[in-house]
Amino acid sequence: MEHTTTEHSHAPGDDAAHHVNAHVKGYLYVGGFLIFCTALTVGLSFVDFGTREANIIVAMALATLKVGFVAAIFMHLKSEKWTIYRILLITVVFAIGLFALTGLAFSDPIRLNW
Amino acid sequence: MEIPYTVTARPDTGLYNAKIGIWLFLASEVMLFGGLFSAYVFLRVGALPGYWPHGLLNVPVGTMNTLLLIGSSVTVVLAWASLKMRKFMQYKIWMGVTIICGLLFLIVKLTYEWPQKFHHFGAYIKTEDLAKYEPYLGNNYLAAKGLQPRVEITGDVTPESLDPSATAYEFEKVDAIYSDPTNPAMDRPTFFPRELVKLKTNLILPKADVEYASMFYPRHSAYFQVYFLITGLHGLHVLGGLIVFTYFWLPVGANLYKKNPEHLANRIEVVGLFWHFVDLVWIFVFPLFYLL
Repeated sequence: MEHTTTEHSHAPGDDAAHHVNAHVKGYLYVGGFLIFCTALTVGLSFVDFGTREANIIVAMALATLKVGFVAAIFMHLKSEKWTIYRILLITVVFAIGLFALTGLAFSDPIRLNW
Repeated sequence: MEIPYTVTARPDTGLYNAKIGIWLFLASEVMLFGGLFSAYVFLRVGALPGYWPHGLLNVPVGTMNTLLLIGSSVTVVLAWASLKMRKFMQYKIWMGVTIICGLLFLIVKLTYEWPQKFHHFGAYIKTEDLAKYEPYLGNNYLAAKGLQPRVEITGDVTPESLDPSATAYEFEKVDAIYSDPTNPAMDRPTFFPRELVKLKTNLILPKADVEYASMFYPRHSAYFQVYFLITGLHGLHVLGGLIVFTYFWLPVGANLYKKNPEHLANRIEVVGLFWHFVDLVWIFVFPLFYLL
């Protein structure tokens, strides 16, 4: 069946369109929140928390929060199918393993004896 | 033969083909960037005191690029929502804004940020010669405050200094911290980059005192190697996303919409997921390289 590019033509079920429409405001709020978090990240990076490690923890915590919102709302992971969660679970396990290997490198006896 | 489940969902997974495909692809991308970020952690934690630079990148420009990517993430999801609501012209507008944001990001990166680095020079001084340059480095002051030492002098050198036969590097201008190294205001980077300072007399740095020197190319330091590698690969991802966005913004998108609007909505959802991932990567790149 041919569709035209005219607005509102051949809309999906009213429920589906209404469901998406209800989310549009949410997308805008999340966008605003992400911009606020970016400003906060920049501002806090110039505050001395005592040690550089403390500044890194604060910045990474904010980055993780932002990533969580993008993934949950924009990428719809808040309510996805189980198949995708399974794929991501395996990814997370391997990614943790990858960073753990980097951690192991710092206990490398050859490196420690340099 | 028509390929099944390109538009409608498979009954067992509840997903159409491309959606499973993009998530598997993004899983591989997590491992790709994960490897690079773990290299960043390895190099940074292992760097000797003073050898991991801070405040070399332009924070306002980085902030603007972050806002551009966040803004484009919002507009791409609005473009998808417009298609789901069958508002094609609205989709065209949001997708157009997304493309402009992505293009601006790349233009700033390629015509301003990277070239600026290629014109900046840095010379690492040999450990045994650091004391000679104390008036520029202020390491006694830094040691008293428990801060990391300065082991490099950066700024603009004369063109003659870059001649391989030259015996010294002659700095016409230096970064502000080397003109007033014991000023507490110089202890930490600032939001707006400090101007280069013209010294009363040029600083002559004999090559015999220099451990290593280079423009801010990848070969300059481990920091710039990972910076150019990660931001370069990220930039290629932005370019890839823009090509697909533009493809669906052109009449190809309109034709697909006329045939089956849900098919176009699915395509935009898939490329949108890719775009959000590109945004996610930048959300970590920005603080790690620009702020910390």
